[in-house]
Amino acid sequence: MEEKRNTMWAYVITGALILITLIYASVDVYYMYLAVYIWFGFAYGLMLQYGRFCFASASRDLFAAGVPRMAVGILVALMFFSVVEAVLESVHMSTFHPAPFGIHMLIAGCIFGVGMVLSGGCASGSLYKVGEGNMTSLLAVIFGLCLGQAIFVDVGGVFLKLVPEAWMDKAAQYKAAGFPITSWFDHYLVGYVWHKPQFTVASLLSGGDPKAVHFFLGNALINAILPALLILLIIYYFYPRKVFMKKKKKALKKAGKDPVTTFSDELAGIWAMITASKRTSIMGILVGLTAGLHILTMAGMQNKFGVKNFGELLLRMGHTADVSMKGTVFDPGYWYITSQEGQLGAWILEKFGWNMHDNMFFGYVNGLPELWRNPALWMSIGIIFGAMVMARLNNEFKFKVPSPELIMWGFSGGLLMGAGSRPSLGCNIGAFFIRAAGGDPNGWVYGTGMVIGAFIGVSFLNWFTERRMQKQMADF
Amino acid sequence: MAAEMKFEKTSDTTYSLDVCGYVCPHPQMYCKKSLQKMEEGDILSLIFDNPSSKETIIQMVEAQGDEILEEKIEGGKIYLEIEKG
Repeated sequence: MEEKRNTMWAYVITGALILITLIYASVDVYYMYLAVYIWFGFAYGLMLQYGRFCFASASRDLFAAGVPRMAVGILVALMFFSVVEAVLESVHMSTFHPAPFGIHMLIAGCIFGVGMVLSGGCASGSLYKVGEGNMTSLLAVIFGLCLGQAIFVDVGGVFLKLVPEAWMDKAAQYKAAGFPITSWFDHYLVGYVWHKPQFTVASLLSGGDPKAVHFFLGNALINAILPALLILLIIYYFYPRKVFMKKKKKALKKAGKDPVTTFSDELAGIWAMITASKRTSIMGILVGLTAGLHILTMAGMQNKFGVKNFGELLLRMGHTADVSMKGTVFDPGYWYITSQEGQLGAWILEKFGWNMHDNMFFGYVNGLPELWRNPALWMSIGIIFGAMVMARLNNEFKFKVPSPELIMWGFSGGLLMGAGSRPSLGCNIGAFFIRAAGGDPNGWVYGTGMVIGAFIGVSFLNWFTERRMQKQMADF
Repeated sequence: MAAEMKFEKTSDTTYSLDVCGYVCPHPQMYCKKSLQKMEEGDILSLIFDNPSSKETIIQMVEAQGDEILEEKIEGGKIYLEIEKG
């Protein structure tokens, strides 16, 4: 009975998304741009839920439980995606662009890392967990990633007193030129971030004119595959190796042989680590390939319509209020999570009278389209519904109302994730995964910050849960 | 159902841990701590409803040398019976 009901729901959700796509197609062919985001989001959601793909779990489960499953899955995905991305760069079909490089990436990653451990999921993980019926994750998404982010980029007042003089001076020049500079984040953008260098390893190797060889050697091999392999070896050495070798020696003794392990045993141990969770590793490969296909499809759509940003299509359709001062909306062209949720938060706050157009983030850069015309937001919605379909099909969907304790974790973790994803202009997906695979060293700086933050978060939770256990054990 | 962690000693050698309603990383952390407090051969009956924790718990248990005696899913809840190794 339960199985039948879940299957029916999976059909209903998928059917609803098909209907939405058909409505968009019938209104204007330009809306097929949104449909591409919906269905790639849906595919990400299916894979994330099936593979339990959560970046929070990668470092957290290593520190908290000694389980490398997710870290391995993410590194596998990253390596595959880096090769696909190098192919796309080589044929000029990539929408990827590097981000401003600096220490802000490490700090933001650290804040995000603490947040994702407390809330129980990273930005993408929280979305797929909403699809599983997890209301703690919904709190993290709504209050942290949506409303928290929007407020974070718009507050001025007393926060302007924290802005360094040098940023103020640079911001004054932009203000004089007519830019909407009101919040502390506006000063951060025009006074600091926009003056940081942006580069990939391929551009460094080639002196600014990269060719295919630079994309493969620089971006894929040097910036993605070699660091990922090194991390896999480190994880293997410190986590599963000891148990694997112990079992191997035991088996050798039992067979009457000398309990001496060889290099081929080490290789077998590494392979055992990679294949320990097949569903995660296989999904890692699929996520990597899908992320590449997503970029190719978006570049194809842009070529077809002769645009670089969906804002241009919105203007052609007459939706002038949707776009920013420079005629654009947030349209990353690849897998991205947090900026569109900030837009959702800003859209909600504007309905309550808060002016969100008077800042650089929404007013000048990302625009504030109506929700049904927001391309990247459809990707997030697609992730939630894709995960919901997969959870329903596996009878894993369960509506879970959070207790006050979990409300506290979801709320605080979500706020920290929101705060940790804005200074870096991205989260675990946009700032780490896509950049590290795309040849931007920033990705690893942010990833290092995330791991440090996760360690701090796990240490805190260890202390908290130990206290709980002691209380329970007082009864026996 | 709102979350309320419950760790109980049900007999001299058996324990139960109910972490339904909890999200990652709580189920795996409470499971690890429970097993640490038990003796070799003791049995832990674990109930949780966070699907994402399942694979992590299974791998953690196996890596620690403990054994999963039984596994079932009913009504969105996951039941594991674990023998401490």
